[in-house]
Amino acid sequence: MSVATTDRAVTRDDLVDFVYDEVRMLDEGRWDDWLKLWLPDGMYWMPLDYKQTDPIHETSLMWEDQFMLRLRVERLNGARTFSQKPKSRCHHVIQRPYVDRIDNAAGEYVVVTQMHYVETRLDDQMLLALTARHDLVREGDALRIRQKRVDILNCDAAFGNIQLLP
Amino acid sequence: MGLSTRQDIEALVTPFQVHRDVYTSAEVYRLEMKHLFANTWVFVGHDSQVPNKGDYYTTQVGDQPVIMVRHSDGEVKVLYNRCPHKGTKIAIDRTGNTGKFFRCPYHAWSFKTDGCLLAIPLKKGYDGTGLSETESAKGMKAVGAVEVYRGFVFARLAPEGIGFAEFFGDSLSSIDNMVDRSPAGRLEVAGQPLRYMHRCNWKMLVENQTDTCHPMVAHESSAGTAVRIWEEMDAPEGTPKPAAMQIIAPFMSPYEFFEEMGIRTWPNGHGHTGVHHSIHSAYSEIPGYMDAMTAAYGEERATAILGENRHNTVYFPNIMIKGPIQQLRNFIPLGPDKTLVESWIYRLVDAPDELVARTAMYNRMINAPTSIVGHDDLEMYERAQEGLMSDGLEWVNVQRLYREGEDFDTTAEENGTTERQMRNQFHAWVKFMTASMPRDAAREAAE
Repeated sequence: MSVATTDRAVTRDDLVDFVYDEVRMLDEGRWDDWLKLWLPDGMYWMPLDYKQTDPIHETSLMWEDQFMLRLRVERLNGARTFSQKPKSRCHHVIQRPYVDRIDNAAGEYVVVTQMHYVETRLDDQMLLALTARHDLVREGDALRIRQKRVDILNCDAAFGNIQLLP
Repeated sequence: MGLSTRQDIEALVTPFQVHRDVYTSAEVYRLEMKHLFANTWVFVGHDSQVPNKGDYYTTQVGDQPVIMVRHSDGEVKVLYNRCPHKGTKIAIDRTGNTGKFFRCPYHAWSFKTDGCLLAIPLKKGYDGTGLSETESAKGMKAVGAVEVYRGFVFARLAPEGIGFAEFFGDSLSSIDNMVDRSPAGRLEVAGQPLRYMHRCNWKMLVENQTDTCHPMVAHESSAGTAVRIWEEMDAPEGTPKPAAMQIIAPFMSPYEFFEEMGIRTWPNGHGHTGVHHSIHSAYSEIPGYMDAMTAAYGEERATAILGENRHNTVYFPNIMIKGPIQQLRNFIPLGPDKTLVESWIYRLVDAPDELVARTAMYNRMINAPTSIVGHDDLEMYERAQEGLMSDGLEWVNVQRLYREGEDFDTTAEENGTTERQMRNQFHAWVKFMTASMPRDAAREAAE
């Protein structure tokens, strides 16, 4: 983790590095490291509708707690995970994140990152344009994800399988 | 392949086998669009998608682009989405409000919301041309027939054919149960539908709805892993189970569970799993819901409504509903090997919000392009579509619990793992494919 000492303020670079580190974990399939980035009640939200405001009473593509995220990543390595034979691979290309909020007094931070997400399996390759919003909190010397919201530019289009994590 | 007569179609379906051409042939697909989707009652939408006059929703029936619109008299109309002048689609956005009339964006021909021609600019240019004698002068063409049943809008493209009540018969009891679960007896569409593209034939998806021998196999990676993780967590007694355990874990139920839940088939290709119980039976109670139901219906009737836990009801040809969770999946054919699956959810009017929250959860966990359950289903369909191109075998087998002389014109209740409902669908498939096809008399005499 990039925040070395507990009494140092979180900087813009810390937040930017956090986002870069996270997508690298996803691209390299380091799922156990990735799960450790989350608060126990952290939620991953991928809306289905453009500018959706309600994740609960309408359908989303994802609105997942830590149990679901753990299930999702553990499944990827299962012996009978048929849709992952052969496995998918993914690749994030991210723009310099916008740091929208640094509140060291509250220990709360908001980072918004635009990115291109590429996922491939067999002869197919898919490109998604995304905006990811990280709501982060400081926990001791580490940053943790309270909520990650991923808006897909064409969220209302019909997709085939999206199997890994943007 | 030339498929010109009903004998050609009948030859593709035997009592327990189906020729692979029904899934792979472009010619069969073309005939399905021309005959099957014209002769049957096909789902269009829900009337809560067009609550106000002039509200419209664009979709398709088979391969036909249509507009569902609330007319000025309050009725729901279904019109072909085509200007009678040059063919331009009148509406492109999925939903909107057109006011009192549609106006074609190309040459400004305008139409009332029941399709009647309202005005043409510079109309004197048609004086003496005989335009009024043409089909074009009648305006936007309406489909053959429309029926709104408890909010659900169905259309038959063919002007003549089987009536709505005869086509669906007792199968409407599943829609009744879904709507009766609202204390007000009404559903409203909630949010946008999932849109999930499948590179397989639409019938594979319909068949899978009553395929009770696949969940514990194809979904072991999601449902089985969920059960394992929960056990490993070794949570103290009384710890509330994670949502995923309630929704996904029942897919790992043993064969006996699915055998005992039963399957009921109705005439004309309709049928459902979960006669006695289903994977939806053990959902937790929502505070306040039973009270609202009892106030609306009385205790006995409310208990009866909520005691019915049908799993998947297939409405032939191409939708499935889940009554206990107010979900509808529309398997929209786009080609012999391409199907768009739209998964809609509905809110029970006057019921607690927690119910639609659970429905939304089910929809995203099971039926989204991002769903770990959906991933393995899609994988099976697409592997089957590719595998069927093999010349090793020409026939697909639907023989489980087959008995000679099955009568699909009567309602039947059987062991929940039978493939009778698939056979029922293919019986209806032949019936409605051939209803408007000529018979080859010479060949018949020779046989």
